[in-house]
Amino acid sequence: MRLAVIGAGAVGRSVVELAGEHGHEVVAVADSSTAVVADGTGGPGADDSAGVDPDAVVARKSERGIVGDDDPDDALAADYDVLVEATPTTLGDAEPGFSHVTTALERDRHAVLANKGPVAERYGDLRAAVADSDGEIRFEATVGGAIPAVSTVEDIEPGHVTAVRGVLNGTANFILTRMAAEGLDYDHVLAEAQDLGVAEADPSFDVDGTDAALKCVILANVLSFGAADDPADAREFTLADADVSGIRDVPGSALRLAAEDGQTVRLIGEATGETVRVAPRLVPENGTLAVSGTQNIVQIETSHAGRLNISGRGAGGPETASAVLGDVGRLE
Amino acid sequence: MSDRRDGAPEAALDAEGATDDAEDADSASPDGGHAAATPSTHTVRLELVDEPGQLLAALHPIADNGGNLLSIYHERGNKTPRGRIPVEVDFEATPERFEEIVDALRSEGVNVMQAGTERYAEEVTLLLFGHLIDTDLSDTLSEIEACESASVADVSLAAPQGTEEVSSARLRLEARAGETDAALAAVRDLAAAKDLRVVEPLTGVEA
Repeated sequence: MRLAVIGAGAVGRSVVELAGEHGHEVVAVADSSTAVVADGTGGPGADDSAGVDPDAVVARKSERGIVGDDDPDDALAADYDVLVEATPTTLGDAEPGFSHVTTALERDRHAVLANKGPVAERYGDLRAAVADSDGEIRFEATVGGAIPAVSTVEDIEPGHVTAVRGVLNGTANFILTRMAAEGLDYDHVLAEAQDLGVAEADPSFDVDGTDAALKCVILANVLSFGAADDPADAREFTLADADVSGIRDVPGSALRLAAEDGQTVRLIGEATGETVRVAPRLVPENGTLAVSGTQNIVQIETSHAGRLNISGRGAGGPETASAVLGDVGRLE
Repeated sequence: MSDRRDGAPEAALDAEGATDDAEDADSASPDGGHAAATPSTHTVRLELVDEPGQLLAALHPIADNGGNLLSIYHERGNKTPRGRIPVEVDFEATPERFEEIVDALRSEGVNVMQAGTERYAEEVTLLLFGHLIDTDLSDTLSEIEACESASVADVSLAAPQGTEEVSSARLRLEARAGETDAALAAVRDLAAAKDLRVVEPLTGVEA
């Protein structure tokens, strides 16, 4: 498959680097202001491949902050099979990611999203665009990084999945784990997480539960649309439908009281075809859901197949890129 | 322990006339020829206010509804978190009569904490945090108690920075069968009104 990768952050760059290993070819890469589009020759010294040179793209991005000398619109217009939308998540109208995806669909090309915005905030619009296109969309990378949450739900069939819950934000989980283990307060552990690069300078998206809520909203959309006979009857979810509370004000004393009772606190997201809820919850200290550090876990409740648990790395460039490239493989 | 269970309280009860009712219960047993269900032994755990006459008042609904009293364990020295006295009563009754007895106890205002092998109280543990002390913790607990579905079985409080700062409490609630969700909803509402935060358990999930 020929890929156009839009977005050159950690995930976009990893997709560029790993595409070859998965048997795909990157023909265009864009960040917010620059792009590189393969000219079909592969450049001097290249083999028959018509793709861009991944190492050169990554080097230019890290050294000069650009991916190439072309215009981002050129990348959107390039001759690709699959557009990989890996720009930062935006809320509300989910732009520019939403337009990147619909541009691909209008050209009857596929789109694979690592950007949560369009699938969480405009799922109905996306489904309508897919209905008018020969292209498909996939978005495994938007939920739980390397964890195959969406495809597992699809394999079981959304109509046979009663709920999906889990720990879907590594930053919040790291903070809660450290607070419980070290008896430290939130501010202290947050500073440590920022030093380690586990939390961003502005951690709101993670610690207020927004990121986990977006993932649950996406799962709720998958369940709702997947179970409906007619997509017109499916309930569409957006972030506004989620009941969200974060971990910012959880005191260390609460974690100590939980530990005295053999329990701990985790930021748990739950999605059904009807509700989305994210909140700190009490779970058994040694239970399945009490994953530690930046680990994530997805627990799928099924009608006939019992409960499935999948844990793993919920973030990271190569991890998320693996989910993206898995989606690309499913589109072949 | 077993000495007390089978000892004086039962004799005292006999003196109060419960034996007559116990005989009634016998007449409802298969001796009558048409009753299919055989009586079996049941244990109910009651909570009584520490006032004269309360024990007798609690035993009448059992005897009056055909329960054959076997023993009473009156834990005078032991109080429940809300200052009541737990009493354990064993009696024989048919399954049908057993239900009637529990209903009768409840309608008399006797708090039935546990009945038979089924625990009427579903246990649920949750955390509350915020300005627990400033917002009157004891009032918070009383309001939870006032909710039909639940009673507070146990409270642990941690206020490491003194009473004026944010503190945390771990509450163990006993809810009636099937009413855990209602109890949690009541706690949520109460917490919202007092600007407290609740960390609920994942109910129905054996993690």
